Amino acid sequence: MYKPAKGTAQKAVIANRLDDGRTVFLDEAGNWTPDLAEARFVVPGPELDAANARAEAELKARIIVDPYPIDIVEVDGRPVPARIRERIRAEGPTVTYGEAEYEKLRAG
Amino acid sequence: MYRYDEFDRDFVADRVAQFRGQVERRISGELTEDQFKPLRLMNGVYLQMHAYMLRIAVPYGTLNPSQMRMLAFVGRKYDRGYGHFTTRQNLQFHWPALKDVPEILGHLASVEMHSIQTSGNCIRNVTADHFAGAAADEVADPRPHAEILRQWSSLHPEFIFLPRKFKIAVTGAERDRAAIQIHDIGLHLKRDAEGRLGFAVYVGGGLGRTPLIAHRINDFLPEADLLSYCEAILRVYNQFGRRDNKFKARIKILVHEAGADEIRRQVDEEWERIRHSALALPVDEIRRIEAYFALPASLSPRPARSVVLDRAVAANPALADWLERNTARHRISGHAMVTVSLKPIGGTPGDVTSDQMDLLADLSERYSHGEIRVSHEQNLILPHVALDDLPALHEALAAASLATPNAGLVTDIIACPGLDYCSLANARSIPVAQRISERFGSQARQKEIGDLKIKISGCINACGHHHVGHIGILGVEKKGEEFYQLTLGGSGDEHASLGEIIGPGFSGADVVDAVETVVDTYLKVRSGPEEDFLAAYRRLGKEPFKEALYGAA
Ligand code: SF4
Repeated sequence: MYKPAKGTAQKAVIANRLDDGRTVFLDEAGNWTPDLAEARFVVPGPELDAANARAEAELKARIIVDPYPIDIVEVDGRPVPARIRERIRAEGPTVTYGEAEYEKLRAG
Repeated sequence: MYRYDEFDRDFVADRVAQFRGQVERRISGELTEDQFKPLRLMNGVYLQMHAYMLRIAVPYGTLNPSQMRMLAFVGRKYDRGYGHFTTRQNLQFHWPALKDVPEILGHLASVEMHSIQTSGNCIRNVTADHFAGAAADEVADPRPHAEILRQWSSLHPEFIFLPRKFKIAVTGAERDRAAIQIHDIGLHLKRDAEGRLGFAVYVGGGLGRTPLIAHRINDFLPEADLLSYCEAILRVYNQFGRRDNKFKARIKILVHEAGADEIRRQVDEEWERIRHSALALPVDEIRRIEAYFALPASLSPRPARSVVLDRAVAANPALADWLERNTARHRISGHAMVTVSLKPIGGTPGDVTSDQMDLLADLSERYSHGEIRVSHEQNLILPHVALDDLPALHEALAAASLATPNAGLVTDIIACPGLDYCSLANARSIPVAQRISERFGSQARQKEIGDLKIKISGCINACGHHHVGHIGILGVEKKGEEFYQLTLGGSGDEHASLGEIIGPGFSGADVVDAVETVVDTYLKVRSGPEEDFLAAYRRLGKEPFKEALYGAA
């Protein structure tokens, strides 16, 4: 779980799931979750090394693709990726799409 | 419409089977990602921000109703109920699961569609004027030649590993709607004084990191020599293209560095060796392929004025607006080409839902002799509609939010997927397009502004053609935040020009105001409503716009 760590950079490991490509984060149990709040948050050093090693093993075990560690910052008490790229990856497109978009346009 | 021959059919079926095996081996662990990635890219499968993306080729932008229905079906069953048409006249699905892709490709093959050569350093899908075969101003339909190029370039053994990707575009009209001068090869089909068909050949155009306008290296290439000449160009490129540096590997750099005269000389030298080979096209063969593209037999001339239409227009101002902007003159009297806007005010440019695709397939059968086109401006075209049918068609489109009367206006924006989907992006494109569209959404205001092309790319790869936008917007990342650089005065038509960077970029919060400042400045400085944005910019240069944006120097 996310614990704000004073003065230390928090990180999480992001990846895509192999079979459907969805964005996922490494969690405490060493599995993968689409929900950033459920991710394993680590600090640089042995914790991050262990997380990266787990991700590498999962890559070899063909569970995920393209893992890499990302910086996490705290916004309103919640963990949020530092860069906009990963914020969008964590939360999905910032625009509505498909039928939902047309419903929105018709309503608006 | 052209139909696959047995070779095409077997070949596509083999590729689907092959890819099915490759996906199975990837998922079972026999193939690593490094081994698999080039294989999936050869089948149009990318890994993006949130999921895999599947790019499907729409050769020369022509679709039939069964193909459109199949895209609708795939969108519904394997994706999230929508697809995205791109500036390369292709369709992209943003959410397919890897394990489903072989099945999807199998479905697509059943309607003669595939994803081959939509990625990688090969000759990509040939694009064409979206009004090809229907436009009143056209000399001849360029699609038969595009089809010949498709057959020649499909897995051409010599050109599968080019230094970089290679894009060819064709037009058959003086008015260039296919942006041929920003392609690796641009072909303008025309007639000589004796009435014979041939091509003006342009080489070395392209956008991206180093935008360059193509050079004309042949004023009139007889049509029989099309393949031998293109093969000669590709050979010169394949031999001398810069493989040492990815950013210098496109043919545009070769042409730029060697000079157009030298490239012409090299191409001619190679061409002399091969022009009388098996690549010489028998004219009978060209005419045979042309027959597949002939206008539908049932499309016969009608009176040039339609009483039904005149009456409907008088009673319906929305129809009048749509008629003015979204229809164009057909070569057969009493008909029109209809632009189906995929740019609803505030919407995502180029997106279309599965339900809309099904509807368009139905409407194309009812009103457009079963033909649909994709434009590089991310709209769809119903190319053969009788004037009498326009009111009914308009009503049906409007009910599905597909009748926004904005073709060519400020809200008809090209935008790439940008950072909402694309893993190469630096900034978002779609929300910027949506906000500009909302800002200028009033029909009266759009009409007052007149013709104005805004084009947005989320990174320097320029899929959104920003360099040739009258107003171009390029997303960049600055200190982890999105920034947008404005270029003005670009154009992708027969008088192609690259936009000039106007000054420092704008934050996401400020970019729409900046665009509005540019537009308001244009309205102030134009000589009159007949002087469109581009003409005013070309007359006045960037100074008045710069001053309005940044204040006097
Ligand atoms: S221009 Fe860049 S961000 Fe936009 S689709 Fe192309 S690669 Fe992606």
